[in-house]
Amino acid sequence: MESFFKIDHFSCGYPGKFVLEEINLEVQKGDFVGIIGPNGSGKTTLFKGIAAELHPISGKSILNGTSIQKMDLKTRAQNVAIVTQTIEAGAMTVEEYVLMGRLPYRRQFQFFESEEDVEIAQKYMKLTGVDKLKDKNMNALSGGEQQLAGIARALTQEPQLLLLDEPTSHLDISHQVQILNLIRRLSQKLKLTILMIIHDLNLAGEYCDSLIMLNNGRLHKTGIPAEVLNYQDIEEVYETVVITRTNPVSGKPVVFLVSENVLEQKQLDKR
Amino acid sequence: MRSKYLKWILFLLALILLLAISVVISLSSGEVSLNIWDLPQIFVQKNSIEYTVLTKIRIPRLVLAIAVGGGLSLSGAILQGIYRNPLVEPYTLGISGGAALGVSIAIVFGLNVLTFLALPLFGFLGAIVTLFLVYFLSAKRDGLNINSMLLIGVMVSFVSSSAMMFLMSTTTTDNVQSIVFWVMGSLDESNDTLIKIAFYASIFGLVTSYLFAQPLNALRLGEAKARHLGINTNLSVRILFFLASLLTGIAVAVAGVIGFVGLVIPHTIRLMIGNDYRALLGGSFLGGAIFLVLSDTVARTIISPNELPIGVITGLVGGIVFIIVLSRSRSNFKLN
Repeated sequence: MESFFKIDHFSCGYPGKFVLEEINLEVQKGDFVGIIGPNGSGKTTLFKGIAAELHPISGKSILNGTSIQKMDLKTRAQNVAIVTQTIEAGAMTVEEYVLMGRLPYRRQFQFFESEEDVEIAQKYMKLTGVDKLKDKNMNALSGGEQQLAGIARALTQEPQLLLLDEPTSHLDISHQVQILNLIRRLSQKLKLTILMIIHDLNLAGEYCDSLIMLNNGRLHKTGIPAEVLNYQDIEEVYETVVITRTNPVSGKPVVFLVSENVLEQKQLDKR
Repeated sequence: MRSKYLKWILFLLALILLLAISVVISLSSGEVSLNIWDLPQIFVQKNSIEYTVLTKIRIPRLVLAIAVGGGLSLSGAILQGIYRNPLVEPYTLGISGGAALGVSIAIVFGLNVLTFLALPLFGFLGAIVTLFLVYFLSAKRDGLNINSMLLIGVMVSFVSSSAMMFLMSTTTTDNVQSIVFWVMGSLDESNDTLIKIAFYASIFGLVTSYLFAQPLNALRLGEAKARHLGINTNLSVRILFFLASLLTGIAVAVAGVIGFVGLVIPHTIRLMIGNDYRALLGGSFLGGAIFLVLSDTVARTIISPNELPIGVITGLVGGIVFIIVLSRSRSNFKLN
């Protein structure tokens, strides 16, 4: 069966600088995929390539049979929605902000939102729980609430593919879990295909169906969390000593870090 | 949602009403003071002196005030939108500096004696040359670099004002006086065609800007995010930049450098109705028109029969009112 979303021999990058090379990837509809890798490994570049912000040097990304690169800007925005790390929406209300998600559907000289636009925005504000905040200004929200509003806006675009760039950075554990639970629910309920860049390996392992590990602009490993999150691969890619175990409740892999002086102590003990 | 639109419409209607009141006040005051209630009657008596005063002096001036005030304010609102910077105004981009330099050249080389069109023409040329300079210096392979554009504009503005000072220091006192007088700005323009051009250009600008109200709204999120929403930001920013420049260039060419309108009015309107460009563009245009009509009325009546440079009034009144409004508004003031 042809995959819902596919990246084929995909290379892209900045002239004379960083390049992402020969990435191959296949994702089924409704999959929740985590993208991991050290800083500078090409996670954000991959996103930019998928979203066609960067022109590919070779290869293409195909969503539901259509090349994303060949879509015009509006069609692309109807199919691919992106939630960035920071949402600088400033002094506009949450509702105004979420309604911006309907811009890709606006006709050429249509000045006003239709009833349908408002209903769709309302629906996703409810789903993400920001409907209570809809008259508040975006800059008055906490980081977690802003992320939720960002997700509501992205859903309002009614995309087939949702790209999330570190939705849980700067959040405390309760908000991390709240956001990831929501995303998990969305991927199941709406059959939404989601790619998410995430730094926290434990959260990546716990929530994602499969993981893509990038290193130096290349695909290092891909598979289900238990396959990717092993200490050999992590130590090779991150150049950090880790210990992996299994979460006793979920059965997902967990990664532990060990501090330098403890490691030294252990070495001494061994001798 | 519906109530939001209703609010906008009421707000714009209120501004139109205010503009109408300003127009009546402006028409009735001046060296020859006319009773407001006599105005309709005067328009019927076509051979009276009052009729001539109105149609030959006050109405052309009024139309110019609306065109220049509306145009500059609209231009300010647009530029603040594409640069996402609250301190940008039409003159930041060096357009006025270029226009002033053009006019200085015309005056120093005595071209203004040859034809009355020399000053507006050179002012406009100066503005357009500066604008192309700024545009092409900041153009990159994959679009415009908005931030460098702003810096280049500021620098071009400095360079042209230095060049202007050089010209002033090497020319006659009479010429220096003409340059200074022009730079201070005035709505005293006797050529009907120029007034018409300015008026139609400002209306054209208003209508065109509305076609880009949604891109401007999306740009409030930043360029990349606007693109994620399907907005062709490169094209929109380009067209809006040229539109704002055209509006400013024409206003400066016809009326000289009238400051503060493009900065103060859009901000005041933002404080009143919010940052949605669908309300802001029209509001800024009307607000600018009202502000300049009233400022001009004050400028030409306060030390009558003499006239104050209108830039003095717009600077003083605009600046002070703005400071009061800002310091009083408790809501924190942000552009986006």
